[in-house]
Amino acid sequence: MAERSFAREVQQLLVPAGTEFRGEGILAVTKALLESGVSYVTGYQGSPISHLMDVLAEAQPILSELGVYFEPAASEAAAAAALSASVNYPVRGAVTWKSTVGTNVASDALANLASGGVTGGALIIVGEDYGEGSSIMQERTHAFAMKSQMWLLDPKPNLPAIVQAVHDGFALSEATNTPVMLELRIRSCHLHGSFVTRDNKRPGFTLKDALENPTRDVNRIVLPPASFLHEKEKLEQRWPAAVKFIQERQLNEFVEGDLDHIGIISLGGLTNNVLRALKHLDQADLFGNTRVPIYILNVAYPLVEEEVIRFCEGKRAVLMIEEGQPDYLEQNLNTILRRHGSNTAVHGKDLLPQGGDYTVTALQTGIRGFLEQHHRAAFAKPVTMAMPTVSSRKATVLDGADQAPVAAPVSAALALTPLLPPRPPGLCVGCPERPIFSSLKLVEREMGMHHVSADIGCHLFSIMPPFNLGATTMGYGLGGSSASAFAAGAQLGASKRAIAFMGDGGFWHNGLTSGIANAVFNKQGNVFVIVDNNYSAATGGQDIPSSRTINPNRSTMHAIERAVRGVGVDWVRTLTNTYDVNGMRAALKEALSAGTPGPKVIIAQSECMLNRQRREKPAKAKAIKAGERVLKERFGVDAAVCSGDHACMRVSGCPSLTLAPSGDALKPDPVASVDEHCVACGHCGEVADAAVLCPSFYKATKVNNPGRVERLRDRLRQATVGWLQGRQWRSRAERALFPMEALK
Amino acid sequence: MAFARRARPLPNGGFEVTRLSPLKPRTIHLAILALGGQGGGVLVDWIVDLAEHAGWTAQSTSVAGVAQRTGATIYYIEIVEPTPGLRPVLAQMAVPGDVDILIAAELMEAGRAVQRGFVTPDRTTVITSSHRTFSVEEKMVPGNGVANSEAVLDIVRKQARKLVIDDMQALAVSQGSVISASLFGALAGSSALPFSVSDFEAVVERSGVGVKPSIAALRAAVGVAQRSEPPPPPADAMLTAARPLPERATSAKLQPLLDRARRDFPQVIWNWLGEGIARVVDYQDVAYGDEYLDRVAHVLATCKGPADKDLATEAARWIAVAMSYDDVIRVADLKTRGERTARLRREVGAKEGDVVGSEEYFHPRLEEIMGLLPSGIANWIDGSSMIQKNFAHLLDNGRRIHTHTLRGHLQLRFVANLRRWRRGSRRHAEEKAHLEMWLAEVHRVLTQDPALALELLRCRRLIKGYSDTHARGSGRFDRLLRASRELFGRPDAGQALSHLREAALSDAEGLALSTQLQKMGLTA
Repeated sequence: MAERSFAREVQQLLVPAGTEFRGEGILAVTKALLESGVSYVTGYQGSPISHLMDVLAEAQPILSELGVYFEPAASEAAAAAALSASVNYPVRGAVTWKSTVGTNVASDALANLASGGVTGGALIIVGEDYGEGSSIMQERTHAFAMKSQMWLLDPKPNLPAIVQAVHDGFALSEATNTPVMLELRIRSCHLHGSFVTRDNKRPGFTLKDALENPTRDVNRIVLPPASFLHEKEKLEQRWPAAVKFIQERQLNEFVEGDLDHIGIISLGGLTNNVLRALKHLDQADLFGNTRVPIYILNVAYPLVEEEVIRFCEGKRAVLMIEEGQPDYLEQNLNTILRRHGSNTAVHGKDLLPQGGDYTVTALQTGIRGFLEQHHRAAFAKPVTMAMPTVSSRKATVLDGADQAPVAAPVSAALALTPLLPPRPPGLCVGCPERPIFSSLKLVEREMGMHHVSADIGCHLFSIMPPFNLGATTMGYGLGGSSASAFAAGAQLGASKRAIAFMGDGGFWHNGLTSGIANAVFNKQGNVFVIVDNNYSAATGGQDIPSSRTINPNRSTMHAIERAVRGVGVDWVRTLTNTYDVNGMRAALKEALSAGTPGPKVIIAQSECMLNRQRREKPAKAKAIKAGERVLKERFGVDAAVCSGDHACMRVSGCPSLTLAPSGDALKPDPVASVDEHCVACGHCGEVADAAVLCPSFYKATKVNNPGRVERLRDRLRQATVGWLQGRQWRSRAERALFPMEALK
Repeated sequence: MAFARRARPLPNGGFEVTRLSPLKPRTIHLAILALGGQGGGVLVDWIVDLAEHAGWTAQSTSVAGVAQRTGATIYYIEIVEPTPGLRPVLAQMAVPGDVDILIAAELMEAGRAVQRGFVTPDRTTVITSSHRTFSVEEKMVPGNGVANSEAVLDIVRKQARKLVIDDMQALAVSQGSVISASLFGALAGSSALPFSVSDFEAVVERSGVGVKPSIAALRAAVGVAQRSEPPPPPADAMLTAARPLPERATSAKLQPLLDRARRDFPQVIWNWLGEGIARVVDYQDVAYGDEYLDRVAHVLATCKGPADKDLATEAARWIAVAMSYDDVIRVADLKTRGERTARLRREVGAKEGDVVGSEEYFHPRLEEIMGLLPSGIANWIDGSSMIQKNFAHLLDNGRRIHTHTLRGHLQLRFVANLRRWRRGSRRHAEEKAHLEMWLAEVHRVLTQDPALALELLRCRRLIKGYSDTHARGSGRFDRLLRASRELFGRPDAGQALSHLREAALSDAEGLALSTQLQKMGLTA
């Protein structure tokens, strides 16, 4: 069960043709897939395309109705391999993942797929996680498209263009027997807009037809001599076919401008920001009209020589706008122009940043530099003209957006820098992973620091304060194998062992084989901690084989311990309650000191709190309404007892464990306080106990709909304890200087 | 995706010039900075719906990424008034200097927006909540690591064209709603968008989820935004002022103490003496209050001439703190009080007759238990390793005590009642000796270097808490004491000790203190 519900959005997938569809870019893609008669969709979740997978998972009944097969793949490699269904049969298939990480994982299958080619349309939708908000290494997908010769679409960032790219992508793939990549940047995935729908289409040739009438063609299989044939085919048939298709369908756009002696060549996905930069420079308006001609590459790869020549013809200079490095397109452009003896100067990374997000500000600076060199007149003093507004309402300061941006004084930013605390992402309130790291912190107090290899997933937040644990992260599921070299410790007589972390998501993605089986085979003595929180939590809480929930469409409940033992691990400790800090600490200490050979695997199980709350909160509310006995808990801190040292925060870091004024003039340091977001996981009290910190934590419980006996017992208790407290209150009043807080 | 017309040659030999549209429709750029889990996405959806419902073009984007896990997130919206037949091309990110409305769901995020250039004087309306969600970095500091809200707000105020500010979080919670509703209301009330409050309300009604409380929060926030003057920023919100000294003590038994404070001490520290008396008498007994005043008086008497106000205040404050050290007796007493039970019931929202329970997390160490015993017995046990071992074994695991039950209550009351014997305990002897050693040092320094004596008094802030925390604080206090001896005689000794104390409070590992000691050429 994913952490966000798309029940409402899913209904939009059924709207009739001609309806205006409003929503996020990623939803528009989902609808476009159904409109294009896709037969199967698979992929692996991850920002920024997680929602695509989540929507499809929730749309299972609609997909079944349309005859579309959907599966959340075990990994991107598994998803890419599934595209092989389109090799021999005219069925359309689409896969999706986070790129470049997912493309890295998938590239073996993709390279094979691209070599043999496809019959049915094969579309690879990549969420380009590059620039601000990205969570991965900064690389572009472009290189993958080039090296395997897959066409790369980079449509303009508006919903109609993105939807059209899905339709064009399938057609291009089929016309050229080549898989097509469709690249969506972070902001385009989360872009709200609208487009007009077409009818959903059932696939003409179905997977059923394929299964019942299998065909094969040995020439499509990557094995010599066919593989040499494939390379020839790529160059001699598929490439020309692509060029022809792109030109005939006019996939790229030429935007006219009166400054004919110069031009801008921009990737489709950057169009809006390029136009905004031009607008700020008074060279474009709000509707996409521009004075500088623009050649928009909705197809980022391949570059169509003929179109390039046509656009550059008679131009003194062009500016190539592509993010990241290397400057593939700029190099390609230079090659094409020089080969044709063109004198048009090519600018790009000489004026624009070498790497990083092409923000409007960065683009504006680059384009300004370009204009200064080749069209100085652009900066002549403008002639003032009265500009009518659309409506007759008086122009107010609301028209601010029409002003050129005026940056705030740098001094304000400089003055703020030392004042603002950084706010990196961290573990959620009540996260079951927090106690694992608290435990490790406590173990390190006794046994010293250890080398910790981290993986990809929520647990990676352990690298931040307050835990500061984890030295490297090498890829999803690779936490285990990234500690491999340290298995040398046994051979070299080291006094410490390496600890490798892995989430359950990474474990099933490939960690079982690359990490655990590898450790068994190589007789590693390392310690492996598998964080088993029931879901692929960091990507939005999708189900995985070891999920302990029932999913009608998937087979779950496959225990990680069975898998680990199945590949030959003998030393396994499964802890079913990660919040038990003492138990976790004991298991870690045992694993770090056990004399038995081979890998020591600790499986730390507790459900992801986000998902648990999403399920339990409404269930509890319903039970209370139905008159059932329901216990509600929350934690608290006695401000008068808390010393304001915050040791609890240094071993916890829970967002709901926060600071409050002490309420006591004699205590200047803020005290700990538990806010209303507390989910009563109990970690703060537990860790204060385990670390022997202080007695200020308490758990308060309220019983909803108590039984008669319980009510009676409570009344008796309240009466006796209350009487004692009243006596005590009066005796304390004998020692009071200020009026005392009332008892009620 | 048709080929656009190429520039066509004109008869006069020139080219037809691409005409940029003369239309300049009203365009409003909004940026929203929120924290993961604050519901920033809901606010964005509402604003988009508001604009689209009025026929405007709206486009929103966001960069969530891993930020959804408690980190900072930025959303960006552009809305354009209706342009029939024309489709505006909108930018996908907030551009520094090009934002009309900036909404921040937390105060430091408003500061971050200014830092990123999203707030332009004369242009940007800033709508921000004044509440704080502390970052881990702020919370980890052993002292007060809270960022300076006042300084940040001051800069935000100077940069903004108009500032709408209040605790939108508290306002929303008071209406049973969430912060997105109060921020939406503040936006409505700010008049920064050309839509009426009823248009805003209609959006919430259309959304269909939690409509009633959301509308209530929205309306409350409209009122806040339309207030003529924003509320003054709080001074350090983490500080609590000393209460004014009452004319009459609640208990007549304390009146002589009160009279003595008024008679023998400068008026500037009366309030602090009141806090001190209240604390130590509640902690022990009335006689203890006299002891307290004796100690403060002794410090003041050592001063040459009238005591400096700061010195007198710090003496009144820290002597009280030192005399009421944290111990098990005190904790047991605080946790069994009737007013605390009432507070707990309020916290869980219990009504009359509701069944409420409480469970306390105790984990006393052997040292704490030994500290309760009379010195003689404790010393005797020190000699017996067997008894120690058994004791230690008993204390391996923490104790969970249910204070709502009679049994749990009586257990703690028993410990709290040990107060009467506290003066004879080993812990008290130790604390008293330490207190006297510290005050002796203050006296020694006071006549020659009052500034150093003042700082030495303030160093008491380091000693707090229980178990490890207490040991760590005491250790650090001792290092400062040694440093103060080494500094004694230097003209800047007071200031140097103040820097050292700040360093000692800034991290748990004591790295900053070690660095600072080394820098000053003192024993690290």
